[in-house]
Amino acid sequence: MNEELIISGRMNPGIDPYLHVWHWPIPTYLFLGGLAAGILFFSGLYYILGKEKQLPTAVKWASFLAAPALVVGLFFLFIDLTHKLYFWQLYTTIRLTSPMSWGAWTLMFITPLAFIWSATYLRELVPKWDWKLKILWNFEALAIKYRTPIAWVIMLLAVILGIYTGILLSAFNARPLWNTSLLGPLFLTSGLSAGAATIMWMSKDHAERSLFSKIDLILIGVELFFIIHLFMGFLASTEVQIQAAQLFLGGEFTVSFWVFVIIMGLIFPALLEVLELRGFKVPVFIPAGLILFGGLMLRFIMVEAGQLTRYLY
Amino acid sequence: MRYAMAIDTKKCVGCSDCVVACQTENNVPVGYCRDWVVESVAGSYPQLEIEIRSERCNHCDNAPCVRCCPTGASHIVDGGVVLVDPVKCIGCGACIEACPYDARYSHPDGHVDKCTFCIHRVEKGQDPACVSVCPTNCMYFGDLDNPNSDVSKALATRKYKVLAPEAGTKPQVYYLV
Repeated sequence: MNEELIISGRMNPGIDPYLHVWHWPIPTYLFLGGLAAGILFFSGLYYILGKEKQLPTAVKWASFLAAPALVVGLFFLFIDLTHKLYFWQLYTTIRLTSPMSWGAWTLMFITPLAFIWSATYLRELVPKWDWKLKILWNFEALAIKYRTPIAWVIMLLAVILGIYTGILLSAFNARPLWNTSLLGPLFLTSGLSAGAATIMWMSKDHAERSLFSKIDLILIGVELFFIIHLFMGFLASTEVQIQAAQLFLGGEFTVSFWVFVIIMGLIFPALLEVLELRGFKVPVFIPAGLILFGGLMLRFIMVEAGQLTRYLY
Repeated sequence: MRYAMAIDTKKCVGCSDCVVACQTENNVPVGYCRDWVVESVAGSYPQLEIEIRSERCNHCDNAPCVRCCPTGASHIVDGGVVLVDPVKCIGCGACIEACPYDARYSHPDGHVDKCTFCIHRVEKGQDPACVSVCPTNCMYFGDLDNPNSDVSKALATRKYKVLAPEAGTKPQVYYLV
């Protein structure tokens, strides 16, 4: 027997009996941030590649979802703060060792840029739109003139944002489930996949749809590859990470992870997309919706399960 | 200067006086604590071995809480003491997630709170509250750079360990075993 008991009766809220400091707003934000990063990455990429005409949903229309997703995500981040009125302290300093500081500053730049990006296409979406003020007309003309540099910046910031949603967790060595450098690339890939699924869902053009269907298939493959490596890494690591992996291999998150994330969120939509590419009629909302659902579940499960894992002493 | 604490697990009886002293001295909100006592039992009856440890923030040399703080609210002051500045803290919870010892909690006022090594007492030349009340005198506090401090003398003559050294935090609360 080896038993550790706190005999002085510690019951700090959020800490005991097990850590639960980050609640549902955090995984929801991580999902929305990843989704926005995915959409904006493809917007910037295909604009730079000169595919504005062929891929209008990817370059123009999907970006109208990205900016609101970022705002809603930021709101969720805000409501999970416990000292809310001091949130501006984030912007009084830059802490290079803190992923959250990187994230806060990235969001500070990418959110307005996402709004500006979609605003330059607003008159194409709503032909009767009138900016009313001359300064806004001038601003629009300026933004349209500099679309290419904006696209580059958006694309770069989207990659940082997508990776940061994973590094935010992986930087904590105290939580063995999170403490793997694969989490950054995994969350980035999952975010790109969610972005591609959204574009696929919104697109009315067959060629655009099938392009993003193929992109999604590749991303799903990469995600599965990362997840397999994640578990290989855990199982070949120290006792704390072996125990972290056990949560998914017989432990309490086994069913939710393998059913919701792996089967429903990755394998099943991948099969549907293969069928569709082979000419079968599959309503697009099914694979797209499932991919988005899988991405959300991945983040919920990682955040919840990670807080249960800890050092043993 | 490097403040540290050494706790004699052979002398500690687990009375929790240190916990109450801390709560009183630091006006810790009801229902919370900055230090706690762990009873670690190994073996099977009648061959049982017991170790009692009074635990708290380890004021790590390589503090993950300070590293991940996005505002600089978690910081290190002279003597290596890790502190939280309540007016800089936004309550994001990153430092709580980052601590392998679960030594931090969210204060009901919103900011994060934890052991301060009673820096307000130490600056006046006193021992931290927990150390000063210990009825078995099992806790030693002082400056590791001073070979004549209580903690240096304790560590010089006894076998000791730290908690979760594999976490790479270089903790500064030592347990004499």
